[in-house]
Amino acid sequence: MSPPILSVSAVTKTYKTGFTALLAVDLEIARGEIFALLGPNGAGKTTLISIICGTVTMTSGQVLVDGHDTQSAYRAARSMIGLVPQEIALDIFATVWNTVSFSRGLFGKPPNPAYIESLLRDLSLWDKRDSRVIELSGGMKRRVMIAKALSHEPDLLFLDEPTAGVDVALRRDMWALVRRLRDQGVTMILTTHYIEEAEEMADRVGVIDGGRLLLVEGTAQLMRKLGKRRLTLALQQPLAAIPPELADWPVELAADGQELVYSFDANAEDTGIPALLRLLCENGIDFKDLDTSRTSLEDIFVRLVERAA
Amino acid sequence: MSAPSLNVHGIWAIYRAEMARMMRTMLQSVATPVITTALYFVVFGGAIGSRIQSVDGVDYGAFIVPGLIMLSLLTQSISNASIGIYFPKFTKTIFEILSAPLSFGEAVIAYVGAAATKSILLALIILATATAFVPVHIQHPVWMVAFLVLTAITFSLFGFIVGIWAENFEQLAIIPSLVVTPLTFLGGAFYSIEMLPQPWRTISLLNPVVYLVSGFRWSFYGSGDVGVAASLGFTALFMAACLAVLWWIFRTGYRLKP
Ligand SMILES: Nc1ncnc2c1ncn2[C@@H]1O[C@H](COP(=O)(O)OP(=O)(O)OP(=O)(O)O)[C@@H](O)[C@H]1O
Ligand SMILES: [Mg+2]
Repeated sequence: MSPPILSVSAVTKTYKTGFTALLAVDLEIARGEIFALLGPNGAGKTTLISIICGTVTMTSGQVLVDGHDTQSAYRAARSMIGLVPQEIALDIFATVWNTVSFSRGLFGKPPNPAYIESLLRDLSLWDKRDSRVIELSGGMKRRVMIAKALSHEPDLLFLDEPTAGVDVALRRDMWALVRRLRDQGVTMILTTHYIEEAEEMADRVGVIDGGRLLLVEGTAQLMRKLGKRRLTLALQQPLAAIPPELADWPVELAADGQELVYSFDANAEDTGIPALLRLLCENGIDFKDLDTSRTSLEDIFVRLVERAA
Repeated sequence: MSAPSLNVHGIWAIYRAEMARMMRTMLQSVATPVITTALYFVVFGGAIGSRIQSVDGVDYGAFIVPGLIMLSLLTQSISNASIGIYFPKFTKTIFEILSAPLSFGEAVIAYVGAAATKSILLALIILATATAFVPVHIQHPVWMVAFLVLTAITFSLFGFIVGIWAENFEQLAIIPSLVVTPLTFLGGAFYSIEMLPQPWRTISLLNPVVYLVSGFRWSFYGSGDVGVAASLGFTALFMAACLAVLWWIFRTGYRLKP
């Protein structure tokens, strides 16, 4: 396996207020992967990203970007990083073209108008290239932030809640862009509150809460390990209690006895469904409809955070 | 991949963006000092100067030219540089500067360089305006330019520090209006400190601006209140002090990074 593009070791951050926002965080990110950082408000996601990008100083620990220490070799480390911060911050009087070109120069790259043009076209900003930022809508400003972060062709891109407050169309565009960047080999670390997105996009997820990284796991493995499936049966006749014949089964009543819910391992060879249905039939419990669903990452996440609390 | 040892593109990007920002407000930043200077000439040169005749053998109208230029140079250097770095802090766009592969020194060169460029341009415009009112001649043009550049850079450095220190617009405005303008007025811009009674003459020697104005005036007319060496020495000292403070800011990340 190639060395990680990002390696965070024992990073702790105590703000001047005395508040410890990160506690001994360790994290390794492989080249080319998409990593989703999940956690409730105030968990420390932005703090972690800011430390890696150099906009917040760490209290202790070490961060290596492609082997370059972000403190002693900050030039090499930072020139590989693009950052789209959580909040939009732009020089509102500059034009789109100028502010994006500015970012490229700032990161030490010679001008490349052809690349900037393709970037603006990809982000549907080409028509707005000569507009001043103040004349753009919120969604367009967010795209400008992304264009700026990509202007110097980073290898490692941080997206801090890229889809917060963004409409459906832009969100779809955003994920299309993420896929395209992934195909180009860009490693991405994103935070999001939309857990379906992480589930769909990320190769791995990390769950952070109270400044501690509670878990880092492949999205698929996590779903397999913690994921449950549920079979919901809508009954013909409501049941007052679980019949004794079903006492050994992991079933519960829901909707005032109108529904019988059976939880089972999402990955088991034998789901147990045929046996359960046979048993119901033998006991004269009729149902009119059935539905299966799987627990989302959201359920898993809520469970983890509750357990840690 | 090895990163270059000096981020020339980065310095240039900031310098250009800063110059563009200043050009957006060029009209007001040129109009204000030009009008003010013209007013000074009418009031001091015309009304008062007609009674004063000459100072140190120099026509009073011409005598105040170096002081007037210094007044603008100081205030403009400080305000250009302080707004230059305060504005990104205010709009939060500073995150980009902090996350860039740019050393603190490179950021200082870019911001201070742009601020100094603009205030030197303004000083030259004021000089040109002055020649429309009074006969100005410059005995030591090389030294004149040297004083201009040195002072612009020194006070842009000072302004940069003010911009980092300031947490709101009031603090940003307080240093120029509360400290620099009074010191300049009391610094011999409109009179020779020889004209002051004691003990004010001696007390004036504690005012740093006296040294700047005096050195600058010497480059015009060959005489000043204090020696040229003292003027240069003081400017260099103040520049060294600003650099030391900046070094400390860099070491501690003072008011730039949480
Ligand atoms: N500059 C600061 N000074 C003091 N405390 C801070 C500072 N910035 C953040 N914090 C605190 O650190 C904690 C983590 O903040 P952070 O912004 O990293 O959270 P987050 O996970 O990004 O949250 P969100 O989902 O709301 O963006 C919070 O409790 C916050 O109040
Ligand atoms: Mg955040």
